[in-house]
Formats: sequence, structure tokens, C-alpha cells
Amino acid sequence: MSRGELLQPGILSCQGCGAALAMKLAMMGLGKRTIVVIPACCWTIILGVYPYSALQVPVIHVPFETAAVVASGVRAALDMRGEKDVEVMAWAGDGGTFDIGLQALSGAAERNDDILYVCYDNEAYMNTGIQRSSATPIGAWTTTTPAGSLKKEPKKDLEKIMMGHSIPYLATLSVAYPDDAVKKFRRARTIRGTKFLHILSPCPPGWRIDPSQSIRTARLATLSNVFPLYEVVDGKLELSLIPEKTVPVKEYLECQGRFKGITPEMEDLLQRNVDRKWEELLAEAEKERQALS
Amino acid sequence: MKRVIKGNHAVSQGVRLSRVKVISAYPITPQTTIVEELSEICASGSLDAKFIKVESEHSAMAAVVGASTAGVRSFTATSSQGLLLMHEVLHWAAGARLPIVLANVNRAVAPGWNIWADQTDSLSQRDTGWVQIYCESNQEVLDSVIMAYRLAEEVRVPVMLTYDAFFLSHTSEIVDVPEIEEVDSFLPPYEPELKLDVEAPLAFGGLMSPDLYYEGRYTQHRDTMRVLEVYPRVCMEFQRVFGRKYDIVEEYRTGDAELVVVTAGTITSVSRIAVDAMRAKGKPVGLVKLRIFRPVPAEVWRSVLGRFPKVVVIDRNLTAGLGGVFASEIRSVLYSLEERPKVYPVVAGLGGRDVTPRDLEGIIEAALGREDPGSEPLFWGLKE
Ligand SMILES: Cc1ncc(C[n+]2csc(CCOP(=O)(O)OP(=O)(O)O)c2C)c(N)n1
Ligand code: SF4
Repeated sequence: MSRGELLQPGILSCQGCGAALAMKLAMMGLGKRTIVVIPACCWTIILGVYPYSALQVPVIHVPFETAAVVASGVRAALDMRGEKDVEVMAWAGDGGTFDIGLQALSGAAERNDDILYVCYDNEAYMNTGIQRSSATPIGAWTTTTPAGSLKKEPKKDLEKIMMGHSIPYLATLSVAYPDDAVKKFRRARTIRGTKFLHILSPCPPGWRIDPSQSIRTARLATLSNVFPLYEVVDGKLELSLIPEKTVPVKEYLECQGRFKGITPEMEDLLQRNVDRKWEELLAEAEKERQALS
Repeated sequence: MKRVIKGNHAVSQGVRLSRVKVISAYPITPQTTIVEELSEICASGSLDAKFIKVESEHSAMAAVVGASTAGVRSFTATSSQGLLLMHEVLHWAAGARLPIVLANVNRAVAPGWNIWADQTDSLSQRDTGWVQIYCESNQEVLDSVIMAYRLAEEVRVPVMLTYDAFFLSHTSEIVDVPEIEEVDSFLPPYEPELKLDVEAPLAFGGLMSPDLYYEGRYTQHRDTMRVLEVYPRVCMEFQRVFGRKYDIVEEYRTGDAELVVVTAGTITSVSRIAVDAMRAKGKPVGLVKLRIFRPVPAEVWRSVLGRFPKVVVIDRNLTAGLGGVFASEIRSVLYSLEERPKVYPVVAGLGGRDVTPRDLEGIIEAALGREDPGSEPLFWGLKE
């Protein structure tokens, strides 16, 4: 990373960390007038040890489950200070979002507080050593879903939960599609109310991939429709990318060590879930397209 | 202006007069009428503040942590289970040195569900780094909100003021509600040295190595102890502006006393009546009321309580397996005296059980007639 950027060199992430790339994209899209709220997660470490901080914007570290509501509190204070143009971004992992932080996130979204909530998703609790979260996919190995007891439950559909809150903006992003991601961060900035961004962020030690393969793996997630990219603006869904040729889920699974033990039945189930969800998304996008024409 | 108001409304008036900018709270009996009145005060525009109506107490405390770090005066109120749910974030607020003020209506903790007076809730938060002020009357409640901000913002520690469920929260008393201009002259606008500011970016609350963390905690301790120097000065200034006098501890008829009762909260008023009755019978007894607990005013306790042969400590709280919190802390503070008073620990009135002046007389009689206080607390009024 070059100097002069809002995310400075010297961060403490592992090599090839998707979460680190995700923040770089966020900062490119959001710019200087941003305050970042970080709960317990890998980013607690990545940022650096006091008195250093790799971000050139104000940061507040907060308890694990409070990212959304601390952002609401900061927002309220900024409004009282008359600093309406400063964006407050809660930046949390999948555990801090799908699990322990969901209550506060739901509260903020229901109140439609003017905050940007970003979940960088590496599909497990990485900071505490790769334990399963409710974002961990079927068939994945983690230290709490070891060989012989791989995760059986599908990943929680957080987008559906968030859409149930009628927030003005929701989008999925991937570190493999940086232009799309930066565009979405920029767009989120222009919208008032609760914005929810979900960015897939591969984690080499957690996913059992070589650090050089992070972006390729993330790209396969989108090309196989495991992690489709779309935007929902005021309830209207638009796909950001329709793969010309879809890759079988198997190909995505095979490039990672964490799915080594997956059974053919689990793989089938995963493929079927992915297909069903993709059909739903296509149908929803088509509905919107027709409504427009 | 003198008005007849409930303890909870004394809080909301104190918040209005302190020009709080961000409020966040979640309802719980018997705190709810604070939240309701504050909603009205904000909606009517008589206070220019944002009220974040969160989905839990844990979030209420987290919201004010965010607001306070962003540099504005912030407030929340709760009780019992709500305070317990805040526990993690209470530590956070104190460790982050945020001058948040919290009003806690002292209520028993479940199970069994019990909404009545009991101080176990706030006393079980004694290690969170919050200053605790115990109030006896609605006037004290209102005044304490205003004083709490002065204290909190000067020392950069959060302050919790507490008062008993229903005995104060829902009971009306005559309260002198000051004019806001008067309060302005006592409580200047909050201008923190450091805050979340895009023009001067800083990181708050991040990772700290063993090389620094220890010193950080020590600094927090040292500054929390400073409350004991700053608070008397705040009290003096408060008296100058508003004419009402407060102190770290307050004594009643202690002049020639051979036994004093130590109380915190509304049992103080009951004990005053009992002390008067005993005095009428010629018994040399007095009363010491605790107002500040955390930081522990050890020097004050030693110099005040050390004068009396017998000290009866009434605890409306229980730490199971030990007894009452006040008694155990007072006893440990007095240990360094060469001539130590005898400390008689009494647990009474848990879960709102009535404690009458007659009960207090009985408690005092029992202590007067007993040379050995024993180590087990006296559980007064326990049914067989
Ligand atoms: C209340 C609480 N429980 C547990 C923890 C321990 N903890 C810290 S980070 C973490 C996992 C974070 O996982 P995630 O949100 O997915 O982010 P990642 O580490 O993967 O970046 C856990 C369990 C904590 N800090 N606070
Ligand atoms: S464990 Fe994973 S998410 Fe955490 S810093 Fe390393 S690569 Fe990034």
C-alpha cells in the first residue's frame, strides 16, 4: 500500500488478508470525513498497537456486540455538533454482526439511524482462532466444527434479515471486484439512514488457502453464485454482476482446505441452496426490471 | 422554583438543567418515568438533545459511550437487571475515562422478581470504576445530577447516582428546581480535550500491550482517587450558588455519641427518627450518612468513624457468602487504626422489606447491649 492513503502501511494482518483489502477499498470510497467504529475482531489487531493506528481517520474501539449502537451514539453526537457530512462507519466481522452484535444492529436498522454498517465476512471467528460463526457455510472445517463434525447448518441469510428492516441501502461486495466495491461505498455515503454493506473477505489461515489465492478464491465465490453481488436501494434489487458462465460450487470448495472433509451430500445441499438463492435473486431483479419498464 | 416532584422527575429536571446533548435509555421499573419525562422534555424542545431509544440497556450504555467519545454531554438511567446488563460497558466507560452520568434506581435483583428497594444492584458494580453517589431525598437527587457532571468532567470519570426504588423514585417531595441560568453559571459547557474529530484523527480504546496497560489502569485509579479532593470543592461551589450543603459523609447528633449508625439512601431518614428517639431516652447515639462510595473515602471514614467505640453499619444489600458490602468495606478501612471501633454489621430491608424507626431502635439496642459484634452480620427482622 502506498503512502498518503487513509490506510497506511504497517498493518498487523496476515498476508493476503481479505479484511485488510476490504478496509482499503472502504477508505477509497468513503474518504477522510469518516469515523470508524471497531468492535472486537481481527481489525482490533490489524490497526496496530497503541499509540499507533494505521488509519488516518478517527477510530473508536468498542465492545464486541456494540458496533452498531456506538455508531448511533457517535452519529447523535455529531448531529448535535452540526457535523452532518461526517459518515460514521461501524466495521465488524461476521461474528460481531451475524451473532453477538445482531441485536444492536437490528436496533439501529429499525430506528434507521444514519450510519454505515459494514460486515467484512471471513465466515468464522478468526481473531480467537477460527471457530464457527453463524456465517460459516455448510461443510466447513473450523476449530469448533472439526473433522467428523463439520458445520451442518446453512449460513444465516443476513441480507434477508436486514431487508426485513426496510433500510434504504443494502449491498454485497467482494474484494475480488474492487471497482464495484468502491462504487458501493461511495453510493452508501450519499444515502441517509442505515446502510448495510456485506463484503466477502477471504482469510488465508482460516480458509486454508495460500495468501496469493485470496482474490481468486473470492472471485470464485461470486462466479459460482455462492456470494452474488447485488444492491438493494429502497427495496429494489439490482444484480451487480451476472456471471457469463457460472462455475460449479465444487470448484470453489476444492480450492480451499477448509472444505476438505465435505461429504457429497453436503456438497449437493450447498449447490442446491446456492441455486435456489440465485433463482430468487434473479426473479426479484427481473420483477424490478419489469416494474421499471 | 419550589415544586412537588417525584425522585424520577428530579432526575429528568437535573438532566434538562445540565443541558445534556445525548440521552439513551431503555425502560425498566421503577426507572421508566425518567425516560418518559425525558422523552417529553426532548420532544417539547425544552432540551436540545438527541434521545436514542435503544433496544437494551447494554446498548444504552454503548450509545452514550459513543456520544461521549464524540465529545458531547451524555446521560442514561436504569435500575437492577438493566444495570447488571450494562456491566461490560460500565467498565468500558470508566476505562475510556468518559464523563458519563448514570442515574440508577436501586432495586433488588432477580430471582425472585422484585421491583422494590435494595442496593445490591449498584454495589455489585463497585469494581467498574464508576463513582457512586447515594441520595436520601429528591432534592439530593436533582442536585446530584448537576454536581455529577461537574465532577465527572473535571476528573474524567463516569458518575453513577443512586436512590431507592419507590421510596424516592415514585414519592413526591418539595424540591427547589433551580433556574437554568443559575445552573449555567455552575456547570460550564462540556469541552473535552480529545474527541472523535475528522480534523484531528485519533484512535480511542485500541490494543494496549502489557508494557502500557498497567500504567493506564494506575492512572485511572489515581484520578478516581482525585474525586475525594475535587468533590468537596464542587460541594462548596454548589453551596455558594444554590445554598445547599453536601459532603462526602454527613453526621447527625454525633457530638458525644458512643455509638453511630452508618447508612446510605433512604434508611438514613428512618435512622434519624430512631436516633432522636434514643436520644430522648438518654442514649448517646448518632448517625453517619454515606454519600460517596467509590472511590472509598478511607481517610474520611477513619477520621469520622474512628471517634466512636461502636459503629453499626446498615446494609440494604447482600453479597451472599460475606454479608453487607458497606460493613465489610468499612471494617477493612478501619483495620489500620490502632484503636479500632467495634463494627456491628446489619443486613436489613432487602427487596424493599419495610425498615421502621422501631426496627432501627431495636438494632441499636441490640448493639448497645452486646460487647462482641461477632463476624456474622445480624440479619434483622428475618422471619423464622
Ligand atoms: C463479549 C465478548 N465475547 C467474546 C470475545 C472474544 N472475541 C474477540 S474477537 C472474537 C471473534 C470475532 O470474530 P468476527 O467478528 O467474525 O471477526 P474476525 O475475528 O473474524 O475478524 C471473539 C469471540 C469478546 N471480545 N467479547
Ligand atoms: S486471521 Fe484472517 S482475517 Fe484475521 S488478520 Fe489473518 S487473514 Fe485477516
